[in-house]
Amino acid sequence: MTGSEFEDGLRKGFSRRQTLRLLGAGILSAGAIPILSACTGTSSGGNTTTPAAGTTTAAATTSAAATDTATASATGGSATASASSIANVGGTVSFGSNYSDEVPKKAVQAVMDAFTKAAGTTVNINTVDHNSFQENISNYLQGSPDQVFTWFAGNRMKFFAAQGLVAPIDDIWAGLTDQYSEGYQKASTGEDGKKYFVPFYNYPWAVFYRKSVFADKGYTVPTTWEEFTTLGAKMKSDGLAPLAFADKDGWPAFGTFDYLNMRINGYDFHMELMAHTVAWDDAKVKKVFQTWKDDLFPLQQENPLGRTWQEAAQSLNKKEAGMFLLGMFVAQQFTGADLDDLDFFAFPEIDSAIGADAVEAPIDGFMVSAKGLNPQSTALMSYLGSADAQLTYLKSDASNIAANKTADTSSYNPLQKKAVELIGAAKSISQFLDRDTRPDFASPVALPAFQQFIKDGDVDAVTKNLEDQAKAIFTS
Amino acid sequence: MSADMTAPSLLTPDNSSGPAAPSRRDRKRGRIRHLTTADKIIIGLMIGIPTLIELALVWFPAVASIILSFARWNGVGSLSSIEWIGLTNYRNIFTIDPNFMPALEHNLIWLLFLAFVATPLGILLAVMLDRELAGSKILQSIFFLPVMLSLALVGVIWQLMFSPENGFVNGVFGSNVDWFGNSSINLWAAMIAASWKHIGYIMILYLAGLKGVDPALKEAAAIDGATATQTFFRVVFPAMRPINIVIVVITVIEALRAFDIVWIINKGTNGLQLLSTLIVTNMGAAGRVGYSSALAVILLVVALVPIVAYLSQAFKEESR
Repeated sequence: MTGSEFEDGLRKGFSRRQTLRLLGAGILSAGAIPILSACTGTSSGGNTTTPAAGTTTAAATTSAAATDTATASATGGSATASASSIANVGGTVSFGSNYSDEVPKKAVQAVMDAFTKAAGTTVNINTVDHNSFQENISNYLQGSPDQVFTWFAGNRMKFFAAQGLVAPIDDIWAGLTDQYSEGYQKASTGEDGKKYFVPFYNYPWAVFYRKSVFADKGYTVPTTWEEFTTLGAKMKSDGLAPLAFADKDGWPAFGTFDYLNMRINGYDFHMELMAHTVAWDDAKVKKVFQTWKDDLFPLQQENPLGRTWQEAAQSLNKKEAGMFLLGMFVAQQFTGADLDDLDFFAFPEIDSAIGADAVEAPIDGFMVSAKGLNPQSTALMSYLGSADAQLTYLKSDASNIAANKTADTSSYNPLQKKAVELIGAAKSISQFLDRDTRPDFASPVALPAFQQFIKDGDVDAVTKNLEDQAKAIFTS
Repeated sequence: MSADMTAPSLLTPDNSSGPAAPSRRDRKRGRIRHLTTADKIIIGLMIGIPTLIELALVWFPAVASIILSFARWNGVGSLSSIEWIGLTNYRNIFTIDPNFMPALEHNLIWLLFLAFVATPLGILLAVMLDRELAGSKILQSIFFLPVMLSLALVGVIWQLMFSPENGFVNGVFGSNVDWFGNSSINLWAAMIAASWKHIGYIMILYLAGLKGVDPALKEAAAIDGATATQTFFRVVFPAMRPINIVIVVITVIEALRAFDIVWIINKGTNGLQLLSTLIVTNMGAAGRVGYSSALAVILLVVALVPIVAYLSQAFKEESR
């Protein structure tokens, strides 16, 4: 029905049929608007365009990052200088945060308070539950995202950069370049060579234990696989659960696999597996699962699938378990004297030809959403990249180490100092299975497959299952 | 409506009907003529706006899901980045996804459990409370309370009940059962938690229906010497037909959309896979839009089969 027909109708009065026809047209034309917007609005993101090969470069380059962190303590003084250089820009800036746990949430608040004081800018913090934030990141970025938001380095960052959902921030990096080692710079660079990410901190995965328990029972820190399994057996006979273990959330077991694979087959093979250039049912991968089953299953706490990592950490805290392989964030479950008693050692060597110089140490940081760049967000990102901001954060959450190499490490606790050493000595650094491989493989496929393996220990079934699904997913 | 309009004209195919034309037709025409333009616009809006909302929010996503189930797409970027792959998603779901068959099975167990345990219990409670016993108002409130809580909160409450180390159930019975971690029992634990809520919901619906049954029916049955059980099954239950249909449909829908509790427990892994959790796992950060859509279509079909079967049966009986 055309416009003049419509006016005609208005004058003459509509017949019932005409009214219906008019309605139909109205529905169609008005309906078109929500339909079109729904096309982008209801969608949810993931990873198909980023070739998995990108993973290899992302993680490989982080190795250099670590080396420089170790030398950071030498140049402590410059931290305060960078803070005072923040311009007073006023206004407000919105900040999307996934720091939803109590300790990190307070720490982020402290950082933002310091920024507000320096720049006169009000920060509206929008905190979302850590897991939900990750689940909804695509919708979030395609909707109306906050200007600055928390995210991870590596493959996970590159994907959104390639989609044009985040803003390139080379201008901000111009002021940061000399404060970051090359590895961190590369970990912040997208596939187009532009910078998209400001690193904040990283933390190593290692085997944590209580010094007092080791001293009381006369245990020594193992460096080889044989020493490690012998120690585990001894702990078992002493009535301890040798290895605290929890996989209710599905991801903690990735850490165990990453380390076993990097120790048995080496870092390069691990990265090739993450990019699926080698098959999951390769004999080398089967050997990893077999070792896990033969050597670690007897040492692991029972019923891991009903336990969260926090509960497992508590059993280490209560001296019911002897060791716990986890990220350094396990320290968040320890306070006071218990925290001082906490120590860690690197995951032991399994094959002397491979060595033990690969470390898992994911980097967390910040990005700016596609339309989020303005003087306020620029100032905030520059501040977050400064040693001052990172040390402010670490004051409240001492389970990480600063990414900025000029950060003064003299205030670090022994655990942090040791972490700087461990990462510094590493030849190669992985980001973690769910950051090194594709997101559409990690959570829907690898996570339940690993849980099933933990339950039934069927090496052939788990590798076949992973390979079958990897073949279907890595085709695009 | 259109049948009304066309029926008279079928009787009189040619428009040259004389003064002897049926008066009914004139009456109809006359009534329409009395509607003012404003009336028509208002009627148009009243029909049009809901239709529009229904189209945009229900039919469009449903049809889009069906279309996208034949695609591979990560949900980011332009529509031209969608890759059409035919039935591959469905083939992968049925052949290589180890979570699909357990999920389907769990959904069906869930449906059977609600249909044969939780719903009958809710009806039983309603019949009991309908007898106006002392304190029945308080009992009603108690049973209805869980319905007012969000399922997420129900999940948290039952997590506390079933926690292996510090939970209430293991504490009281001195047992050491890993209620949510053991994949052979966690489904049952989750269904108990869901039923706790479902029973109250069915109870209140049925109670409302029972209040509407003419007491004279029950009196007549009692005079004829029927027992309470006979009265319920032979007289009240058949009289409650519309409510029964609603209850069946609600039970099926509740069973198939089960999600919150399981998601809170362990995100639908390790023995708690449901079709709904698989859809979300593949959709969220993973961004397998096509794959999730295919799962959603399967869920839609699974939901339609029992509902359509029951409704067509019910309406057939009605028209007889």
